[in-house]
Amino acid sequence: MAISSEDVQHVARLARLELTDAEVDLFREQLSAVLERAQRIQSLPLADVPPTAHPVALKNVWRDDVVEPCDVTEAVLGNAPDRDGAFFRVPRILEDAE
Amino acid sequence: MPSTDLWRLTASELSSLLERREVKSAEVAESIVARIEEVEPKLSAFISRTGDAAVRHGARVDDDRANGSHLPALAGIPIGIKDIICTKGIRTTAGSKILESYKPPYDATVWSDLREERTLLVGKTNLDEFAMGSSCENSGYGPTKNPWDVTKVPGGSSGGSAAAVAAGMVPITIGTDTGGSIRQPASLCGVVGLKPTYGLVSRYGLVAFASSLDQAGPMTRSVRDAALVLKTISRHDPRDSTSIPGDRPDYLSGLGRPISGMRFGVIKELSGEGMQPGVVERFQQTLTTINRLGASVEEVSVPSVSYGIDAYYVITPAEASSNLARYDGTRYGLRVEAPDVLAMNRATREAGFGAEVKRRILLGTYVLSSGYYEAWYGTALKLRTQIVRDFEAAFSKVDLLVTPTTPTTAFAIGEKTADPLQMYLNDICTIPANLAGSCGISIPCGLAAEDGLPVGFQIMGPALAEATMLRAAFALESEIGFDGSRALSA
Repeated sequence: MAISSEDVQHVARLARLELTDAEVDLFREQLSAVLERAQRIQSLPLADVPPTAHPVALKNVWRDDVVEPCDVTEAVLGNAPDRDGAFFRVPRILEDAE
Repeated sequence: MPSTDLWRLTASELSSLLERREVKSAEVAESIVARIEEVEPKLSAFISRTGDAAVRHGARVDDDRANGSHLPALAGIPIGIKDIICTKGIRTTAGSKILESYKPPYDATVWSDLREERTLLVGKTNLDEFAMGSSCENSGYGPTKNPWDVTKVPGGSSGGSAAAVAAGMVPITIGTDTGGSIRQPASLCGVVGLKPTYGLVSRYGLVAFASSLDQAGPMTRSVRDAALVLKTISRHDPRDSTSIPGDRPDYLSGLGRPISGMRFGVIKELSGEGMQPGVVERFQQTLTTINRLGASVEEVSVPSVSYGIDAYYVITPAEASSNLARYDGTRYGLRVEAPDVLAMNRATREAGFGAEVKRRILLGTYVLSSGYYEAWYGTALKLRTQIVRDFEAAFSKVDLLVTPTTPTTAFAIGEKTADPLQMYLNDICTIPANLAGSCGISIPCGLAAEDGLPVGFQIMGPALAEATMLRAAFALESEIGFDGSRALSA
């Protein structure tokens, strides 16, 4: 189950990671080794087995929508790398974006 | 005992002395702070330290006790919290440079419950970045060393928590366990580590790694302490939608009751093949101890556990790649400036994440990507069902399942960093309990003959069987009489 440098670069783009060439080489090799071992699960007789995404069979949990005091705006925005008043500030999005 | 030696005591021992007013909490905290000062330069178990505040809070607990207030069992006892658990106003890094200056605006439920119990926080313990790792070497803040031998890893991801407890830097820490991150380092450091049933302890305020598996639990130097802490942190939490409703049993009342008649199952597929001989020897010896206590031991086959690690390294990277999408340089954490927002996201994530985190994000994105989803993620979820079923079948025959906690004792720092697959194989015995949603505990069962390092004995129970599991662990602990004094001399 070898994966290619193009595969690594493709998923890096999807995951918004910007890898160096050395990282692409290293991860291609290491991820191939992990996938090569894990590939054996694909030949197990699991066709009729339902999937389990979660160990506890809890259904949706509902609660009443009650307004509670939540005075954390400053504490939250205090962690922001850049802010403008009560807003998070980011570089421009509309132009030059992909 | 001179008050300067109070750091040597377990939480239960300290609790009795405090209740009888033979010692003061401030003295306990001072003794602990001095012990941390002494060994932290050698071990690097903490990312942040809050010892001064612990001493101040200890003095307040003493005042309240002097005024006749009835205080909880853990009041005035120092505690360390893994740095992936949010502590309001106290830096919480998750071991990552991307959160180097993050101060949570809220407390995790686990910590707010322990704070209300009036435990004294002495610091935030080191871990592999975002709890991804089995050696603590993936921390963005440098590796923690094993107090039994500082050239060895303490295990991971809760390596700082395990090392701190083993070395007497604090009697109790809270770790988190997604595939063994409490039990594996507990095993490598010769302490007790308990992973509760998924949903028993609130996940609210845990920095998410793999949400369907993450669970917080105690790391201590005695089974009684683990039960005491579990009693405090396990409850239904309306802020965690996966929290199991209903009351929790008393985890302490069964301790000391005999275990004769209990049925123990040795998982055939995880009972020794390919493991270090000294680990297997101590494991077998503990099985003999179980027999001597009047309980039965039989071999049980759980065929799918051999594939647990494969399912795990598909499912957890998938969940992590989604959870870690939030670190984009916008709302908190690191930002690397760039002319547009996409470039800013990419540059921030490239600079802020370490190699293991990138590996898992890439792996997770790969197995979830178009064309691969069914074959990888879909198959792993079906395999997870098979593991759940195999565990159910095993627990219809026996009360508890046992394995060595890890295939080897602590390995050398740097030994496995170049080969992620070898590192992942450390968790082969601990992963199945997470996938199945079972509870598990590791207790020290002796030292391996070839290297003199601690060996962990893992006991697993069906969901919500913590009381039975703790009763068995307590009986074995009393019989084994493990001597952890070498780590306390570090």
